[in-house]
Amino acid sequence: MPEDRIALQTDVLVIGGGMAGAWAAIAAARAGAAVILVDKGYCGTSGVTATAGPGHWWVAPDARPQAIAARSLAGAGLGDAQWMAAVIDLTWRVLPTLASHYDFPRDEAGALQYRGLRGPEYLAALRRLALDLGVRVLDHWPALELLRASDGAIAGARGLQRQRGNAPWQIRAGAVVLATGGTSFRSHLLGAHNNTGDGYLMGAEAGATLSGMEFTAAYTVAPLRSNMTRTMSYAYASYTDAGGRALDIPAGPDNSRALARALLQGPVFCRFDRMPEQVRQWLPTISPNVMLPFDRWGIDPWRDRFEVTLHTDGTIRGTGGLRVTGADCGVGVPGLYAAGDAATRELVTGAISGGGAQNSAWALSSAHWAARAAADFALRRGPSALALQPLGQAGLRPAKNARAVDARQAIAIVQAQMHPYERNLFRTGAGLRASAQALESAWTELRDHGHAASDALRLREAAALTASARWSVAAALQRQESRGMHQREDLPASDARQARRLQVGGLERAWVSPDMQTPAAPTTTQDQPLASHP
Amino acid sequence: MIELVLADACTACGTCITACPANVFDAGADGRPHIARQDDCQTCYMCELYCGADALFVAPDCTGPTPLDAEQVRAAGLLGQFRRDSGWGEFAASHPNQHWRMDQVFRMARDACAP
Repeated sequence: MPEDRIALQTDVLVIGGGMAGAWAAIAAARAGAAVILVDKGYCGTSGVTATAGPGHWWVAPDARPQAIAARSLAGAGLGDAQWMAAVIDLTWRVLPTLASHYDFPRDEAGALQYRGLRGPEYLAALRRLALDLGVRVLDHWPALELLRASDGAIAGARGLQRQRGNAPWQIRAGAVVLATGGTSFRSHLLGAHNNTGDGYLMGAEAGATLSGMEFTAAYTVAPLRSNMTRTMSYAYASYTDAGGRALDIPAGPDNSRALARALLQGPVFCRFDRMPEQVRQWLPTISPNVMLPFDRWGIDPWRDRFEVTLHTDGTIRGTGGLRVTGADCGVGVPGLYAAGDAATRELVTGAISGGGAQNSAWALSSAHWAARAAADFALRRGPSALALQPLGQAGLRPAKNARAVDARQAIAIVQAQMHPYERNLFRTGAGLRASAQALESAWTELRDHGHAASDALRLREAAALTASARWSVAAALQRQESRGMHQREDLPASDARQARRLQVGGLERAWVSPDMQTPAAPTTTQDQPLASHP
Repeated sequence: MIELVLADACTACGTCITACPANVFDAGADGRPHIARQDDCQTCYMCELYCGADALFVAPDCTGPTPLDAEQVRAAGLLGQFRRDSGWGEFAASHPNQHWRMDQVFRMARDACAP
């Protein structure tokens, strides 16, 4: 270890400071653990929640059976009713505990409104609550790799301080929660720049596997050259082609395939001409960022036609991530847990997107299960002085001779496979095989030779993006049918024999195998007390 | 992308340097932020929201830089819009958070756009 490496110690280390990471830090602190949270950027603005307006899956007890049945059907057989019930229950009980730090509003009838929160205020509240509970929050401290103790358990991480000349750090921890988010494969999805799949790669290097990685074909509309992927206003949209002819595209939300088909034919224009005056007036105080591009470009979106595009959501509004192996959101490696988009959300979303409700509820509840288990593991284990082994490979410790590998070029290859509609949305065996080949070549270069003399973070991001895309394409090739958001042009029908989740992994050879097990769901009765304050 | 740091409005508090999730700013010798890594900007506008002095301006084009005239931006009244509409700071009373209306807006859309 270099002399100048800052060394810290804690019970629970949370990697990632978005919605799931912040909730995990809060839950671990409430469980009595000493907690450090590290974020690549700033806990409060990092991640895709901070720029959004997350609604939670918010279902009153008597409506739950119906909601779960509807979701199970929509999820095309890959969800699990018991996990759904547990997520709904925990979200219902825990979200109101943020009232000490978030000003939940009342509607005109005086009823408190918990379901939907505004992103910047939500994340700011989570940060303040975490700090008040004694969590040590370290901003601009990206993690680069996990550490394994000589007893085989994950026991910390290493990274660098972006705002202190990339000075290295090491944190020894009793347990680690990966809350690094999903990845949109460096598309212009709002807020997703830091979400490069780092936790997928770090988890795999520790021995975890992934699941649901074929479900990355989610796309969101935005004004051209803008990343404002906020969709509420598009519920009032009408679309035209360059000649002003009306296009038969439904207002949404499930219109991305129709939009993409139109975009493959030529430019598509939009305006919110069906939006009532009342909603126009509310809009800036519902979603204050939505009007920023329009006002700054001098566009009146209710009158003027503006050109639109679609941005890939990848695993963010898709569903893939680290496969959880039990009710503790462990990933099958002692001392390592996953929360939020770093974990697969198939158990609660099935084969379709959980954007807007299920994903937020999953982030909150998986964070609690992961954090409590991590706190319990760390507190039982106690302080340790066991030898630590760093686990980072591609970009840090290449398998063969180290040489300069161009991170930008690797990222461009990932983008070229994962962004085009004709490749990732309208999938074919031939297209996927071509993507697999391009990604395998990029990955082999990173894995065998990738080593950064100076900018280790950028090369690790490139490695994580490439690894994530490679697993996504491998799983999409293996799923030889259409199901949920995974639609194969060459295999348009669903095949009942393939109504099961797919595990994927492999740092050397990518592998995919049907998942024959559903992890036991958390039960509401085993829950510990939720909060020690009102 | 982030385009403007208005020196005459900036109070050199350093908040934007910390709050930017993409680490695009560095502190200059006078403590004021300068745009050191514009390419890394993800156009999230969070720096504007956290800037109590309304000294920052982000252009909407996330694909590349936009040449801008600071005085035109100021004259157009575009500074501080995000912070104001979010009801942060002195705008808390005049711009209450109405995010909770989103469900109602979607319901209205279903009614308005029903065939």
